[in-house]
Amino acid sequence: MPGDDLKDGRIVIVGASLAGLRGAEALREEGFTGSLTVVGDEPYPPYDRPPLSKQVLLGQAPADTTGLPMRRDPDADWRLGVRATGVDPLGKRVVLDDGESLPFDRLLITTGTRARPWPNPEEAALDGVFTLRTRDDAGGLAKRLAAGPERVLVIGGGFTGSEIASACRERGLEVTVAERGPAPLVGALGGTLSKLAAVMQRNHGVDLRCGVTVTALRGDGNGRFTGADLSDGGRIDADVCVVALGAVRNVEWLAESGLAAGPRGIACDAGCRAFNMYGIVTDDVFVAGDVSRFPHPLFGYQMLSLEHWGNAVAQAEVAAHNMVSPGPLRRPHLTLPTFWSTQFGLNIKSVGVPTFSDHVVIAQGSLEARRLAMVYGYQGRVTAAVTVDMAKSLDYYRHLIEAAAPFPPPPGAADRAIAADIAIPSDVPDPKGLSHGPTVALTGYLPDRRLTVVQPTG
Amino acid sequence: MRTVVDLTRCQGYAQCVFLAPAVFQLHGEEGLLYATAVPDDQVERVRQAAAACPVQAILLGEEVSAGAR
Ligand SMILES: Cc1cc2nc3c(=O)[nH]c(=O)nc-3n(C[C@H](O)[C@H](O)[C@H](O)COP(=O)(O)OP(=O)(O)OC[C@H]3O[C@@H](n4cnc5c(N)ncnc54)[C@H](O)[C@@H]3O)c2cc1C
Ligand code: SF4
Repeated sequence: MPGDDLKDGRIVIVGASLAGLRGAEALREEGFTGSLTVVGDEPYPPYDRPPLSKQVLLGQAPADTTGLPMRRDPDADWRLGVRATGVDPLGKRVVLDDGESLPFDRLLITTGTRARPWPNPEEAALDGVFTLRTRDDAGGLAKRLAAGPERVLVIGGGFTGSEIASACRERGLEVTVAERGPAPLVGALGGTLSKLAAVMQRNHGVDLRCGVTVTALRGDGNGRFTGADLSDGGRIDADVCVVALGAVRNVEWLAESGLAAGPRGIACDAGCRAFNMYGIVTDDVFVAGDVSRFPHPLFGYQMLSLEHWGNAVAQAEVAAHNMVSPGPLRRPHLTLPTFWSTQFGLNIKSVGVPTFSDHVVIAQGSLEARRLAMVYGYQGRVTAAVTVDMAKSLDYYRHLIEAAAPFPPPPGAADRAIAADIAIPSDVPDPKGLSHGPTVALTGYLPDRRLTVVQPTG
Repeated sequence: MRTVVDLTRCQGYAQCVFLAPAVFQLHGEEGLLYATAVPDDQVERVRQAAAACPVQAILLGEEVSAGAR
């Protein structure tokens, strides 16, 4: 068979988390029989992150129990607790911080993201100030929450910040959410649903402060966090602070690699092959998961940067397939972005790219019922849908997006909402004015819109 | 054993909740929360739940062992 040599050789994966593990398994499923090495700088085997802001903070699962089950043993050499510090693209080696270097024939980069830190390092180091990305972060925070703090301050009203606030309220803890934008989740879901998010937070007893920034974190002189100053002159007294200002892509280690790696991720083609800095596609370096940015035909071939569990899995599978397949047998990564979040007792799911929109309609249900399907359109075409406690409807809208159905969508559902044909502006704000980044970011440019990944706020 | 549910796929059918209530619970109307570590005496039930899930969203398996090299 042509391409059989691709099933042998040396493959190195850098990043031992969701995309790295699923990529390793898929390589074996695709018939790769060569040597496989997975490098990860965390000392733990791959674990799942979504439960860290849900089950773990609720006290229902210890932070060290979210290890990802394997689909099959990928028979890999796991280098855990070891950081990759560079790639030599010509010599085809990955350089490690323990002095070793690993030769490869093909490389898969799955280094994901990390939590954006609080910009003032001294304040960030105060005891009681957390970010939430890793198992250790979650373990430490869960312990503090279990100790019953007087008040928790969450900085940033994106999905992670909102889920943290939800867990705090469920544990009976007082919580303040400070968000620079007009409402929580507005960067990901637009104006209308962000109003529902704000109502849900307030109804559940969250002290929600929008349109304010946190200007300083205060300590007690012994290095313990005691509260924060707000831009409106206010002050919050709290004993725990969670900084939820979005994510930073782990690309610094590639600075000298010649790859197209920057703050928005590593650019790759639809087949997960990395571009170099001249925009020329490589054929031996592949990218998958949160660290990637890739073009999607349904969204005008704009480069998408997603922080979605489902994307990491799907993209890793496509990357693995393409790493062991000759050109004509390669597949594009065309999966529609899909995301879920559970908070304040609601199940929020999204398909498509809500920020790629100019108008929305509520197609089923209503805001008042806290149960609805909202459809997003861009220039007369359906581009996304978000359901609140209506997950079973999501597939229907997925088909509409894939079929580029006209917007507003034609009558389909039996329980069609009364105003389902009245489109209102989607009201997606400029991410620069938010404390949280949208979890889907369009990093390309349309002539009439400005939508990019949020830059450090401070 | 560990379990993970692909919640992008899960549609809240709740079959798993009936078959293994000690592991899977609904949170609100259709949000699913589950125990990530499956106790030995629940493994068989989780296996049944995984088989019954209409969208095949449940994965049960061993994690990569810490000492793997
Ligand atoms: C608290 C929380 C809640 C979430 N909830 C949801 C949710 O409800 N729904 C959803 O769809 N998604 C959710 N996500 C997002 C989801 O977890 C991510 O999309 C997913 O983890 C991406 O996987 P990845 O493998 O691409 O990257 P990551 O999980 O970020 O893994 C990258 C790994 O590479 C390692 N690494 C980085 N640089 C190096 C280097 N130089 N050398 C070696 N190793 C390196 C990192 O330490 C890390 O272990 C959540 C994330 C968090 C943190
Ligand atoms: S049976 Fe499957 S679809 Fe139903 S709630 Fe469980 S995981 Fe979700």
